[in-house]
Amino acid sequence: MQIAARHLDKITIFDISGDIDLATSPQLRKALLRELRELKMPRVVLNLGAVRYIDSSGVASLVEGLKASRDVGSRFVLFGLNKTVREVLQLSKLVKIFEIYENEEQSVAP
Amino acid sequence: MSPGSLLLKMELRSNPEMLCVVRNAVGELTAKLGFSEPDCRAVVRAVDEALTNIIRHAYLGNLEQPIDASFHRIDAPKDGQSGDALEIILEDNGVTANPEKMCGRALEDVRPGGLGLHFIRECMDTVEFTHSNGRNQLRLVKILHRQTSPKGS
Repeated sequence: MQIAARHLDKITIFDISGDIDLATSPQLRKALLRELRELKMPRVVLNLGAVRYIDSSGVASLVEGLKASRDVGSRFVLFGLNKTVREVLQLSKLVKIFEIYENEEQSVAP
Repeated sequence: MSPGSLLLKMELRSNPEMLCVVRNAVGELTAKLGFSEPDCRAVVRAVDEALTNIIRHAYLGNLEQPIDASFHRIDAPKDGQSGDALEIILEDNGVTANPEKMCGRALEDVRPGGLGLHFIRECMDTVEFTHSNGRNQLRLVKILHRQTSPKGS
């Protein structure tokens, strides 16, 4: 898995690619919690368009990010969900709790 | 029960870095057997989550412990008749899970963790845990629903 961070005003955009699994989800969790809890970014956006696989530990990292965002009053946004990622979120019945958009333009809109 | 015909056997170590290797192999195997794309993804997900559970809960994150995985083609009952299925056996020597705690969690309870077992049960037709001679065994079965070809092709 690779994570690259970009900043747009007060928004952090993470471009994530590859597999999010037991080996890599701690790296994602750490990056999300740093941005939300330490830097208190008002909005954190995840571009999941190049994610090839996500397991339950990856979903758990997203849930932790969502909870951290609620704790600090930030927005936690996902976009670019491909078939694999959407299938896993639907399987976990968590697809409705996340703020999900089709593309980056919608995700960073005021 | 007959072990069926052996398709693939792997002797793994409990290292999360190997999970992507197993996923690729299982993806290739299920495609070769004729599973649909969603069923291929389901089997890959179930095996990955089962191995993740073994690494985390049976071996408590220890990286060098043995896991045996074997994949068999078997006959399984389907609609009152016998049909092809993929049987997967995962075995480890780690801590045995308490069956009372292996119920997953309520999905309405939005919190990290506890999803792996739910994913496995949703993805497979049979999920059986047993323990004998100091070894944990997980048996997973996925019935093969072959995609039918259009008439005349």
